[in-house]
Amino acid sequence: MDPTYKAVSEFAQIWGLIYFCAIFMSVAIYALWPSRKQQFDEAARIPLRED
Amino acid sequence: MANALAAQKKMTIGEGGLALTFAAMALLCIVIAAKAYTPEYAFHAYLFTAASVASVFAIVNRYYNRPAEPAPLTIDGKPNYNMGPVKFGTVIAMFWGIAGFLVGLIIALQLAFPALNFDLQWISFGRLRPLHTSAVIFAFGGNVLIATSFYVVQRTSRARLAGDLSPWFVVLGYNFFILIAGTGYLLGITQSKEYAEPEWYADLWLTVVWVTYLLVFLATLWRRVEPHIYVANWFYLAFIITIAMLHLGNNATVPVSIFSPKSYIVWSGVQDAMVQWWYGHNAVGFFLTAGFLAIMYYFIPKRAERPVYSYRLSIIHFWALIFLYIWAGPHHLHYTALPDWAQTLGMTFSIILWMPSWGGMINGIMTLSGAWDKLRTDPVLRMMVVSVAFYGMSTFEGPMMSVKVVNSLSHYTDWTIGHVHSGALGWVAYISFGAIYCLVPWLWNRKLYSLKLVNWHFWISTIGIVLYITSMWVSGILQGLMWRAYTSLGFLEYSFVETVEAMHPFYVIRALGGFLFLCGALVMVWNLWKTVNSAEAEETAGLALAPAE
Repeated sequence: MDPTYKAVSEFAQIWGLIYFCAIFMSVAIYALWPSRKQQFDEAARIPLRED
Repeated sequence: MANALAAQKKMTIGEGGLALTFAAMALLCIVIAAKAYTPEYAFHAYLFTAASVASVFAIVNRYYNRPAEPAPLTIDGKPNYNMGPVKFGTVIAMFWGIAGFLVGLIIALQLAFPALNFDLQWISFGRLRPLHTSAVIFAFGGNVLIATSFYVVQRTSRARLAGDLSPWFVVLGYNFFILIAGTGYLLGITQSKEYAEPEWYADLWLTVVWVTYLLVFLATLWRRVEPHIYVANWFYLAFIITIAMLHLGNNATVPVSIFSPKSYIVWSGVQDAMVQWWYGHNAVGFFLTAGFLAIMYYFIPKRAERPVYSYRLSIIHFWALIFLYIWAGPHHLHYTALPDWAQTLGMTFSIILWMPSWGGMINGIMTLSGAWDKLRTDPVLRMMVVSVAFYGMSTFEGPMMSVKVVNSLSHYTDWTIGHVHSGALGWVAYISFGAIYCLVPWLWNRKLYSLKLVNWHFWISTIGIVLYITSMWVSGILQGLMWRAYTSLGFLEYSFVETVEAMHPFYVIRALGGFLFLCGALVMVWNLWKTVNSAEAEETAGLALAPAE
């Protein structure tokens, strides 16, 4: 295996994992943060509103 | 008098500019037609000329007939929605849908009975097949997406669609692209890349249309009254932006000449294959999934009269889906020249993708909590819920087929075709039918002509889908097993033509399934036709009994 491939794959395996975990964690924290519950419950009803 | 009225009216920069642009384009296209290398390309140049001239006439004519003031954004405090382009998109989607299903039936019959090629190059399987895929995905599905996105973004933003001519440019321009693409396939103009067959000039035209679409959508969101951007709009936006990116990436071609329809991609070999399937799989992920999930997130709550089951899950669903889908493409290139690590990467991401897909499916189906009885009484809602169930089924099957050992059996066989159709007929078409059954009565302010006919449509089509996918499973696995069968001496047990012969009964069953699906869609067209032409207006929502909370 040539060194460039090894370097790239190591970089991708470590940082790719961190990147995806970080994104997933921030989305989950954003979506599940307790104080946003009311805002999201209201948003869930947007299609039902009539003008 | 007429002069005095006309004097007050001023042509907008948009109207004047667009008319001049089209006039210039007509001239350019005449020159191209005259110097075109092939008669097929000249025909397309003439089509562009005719469409440009017609556009100039339409713009000027519209200017003379319109009131001096632009349409108001609100009337009596209520948003003045622009539903013209939505209506057009809905009608033309049904037209292309029937055309696409019919061509699908024809090529299914051609596979069962090859004599139906009639030895004519224009209707040979190789040319009709992309016509079928593009007609159902881009013409039917695309128009449903454009129409519903323009509807949903207006209703959930409580704002009028941005732009005056631009929404019309988007729907008409998109359908002109479909016309160029479709006639091109029949005449033999193709890039030979799956789902990206149109040549450079059609691609260029689509780019202009698509960027306008993005701008109209964004500008409408920009003027929204509702502070929160509803989740369906996120999915639509992801669909529009990603398709733009994929289209530009996969069509980085250099034409031979402006007078030639032929172009060459700037990269070649396995790199081209990888970009093609990055494109191809994300056409599935963002066109056939994200866009139609947007439909699910608006039309199912609306029809069930229930809020989204979990809005928080919808947010996680959205971000997880769009971040994962983009990496799954290499699973189309298992056991090819693509490096092993890239194949494994594609497979891994495809398996992870199962989770957000099922999160979305659960969210869609559970939105019926408290309204399950409607499945019995409302066939439109039943159609949409069954579509989400099909979504769950194909998003389980897909990751499974992306596993390399499974793929070694399934790849290049009919199993893939069965998988695609359980997604396309079961998920995409059913959620579209459900949305159109909702939209037509809302847009024309009529009561749906017959729920009984919807029920007939549902059952005829469902039997059709079941016949289609089961025959393709059996046929595909049979085909895969025959291809890999060895004798005790290490020779292949079956010649290729023996495997083809074994497929015949399943091809006939598949064609029967397609025929039933087409019949169901024709029942739908009849039902919608009677709906629009009936005098009975939709009852106002206030009269309906409010469900107990």
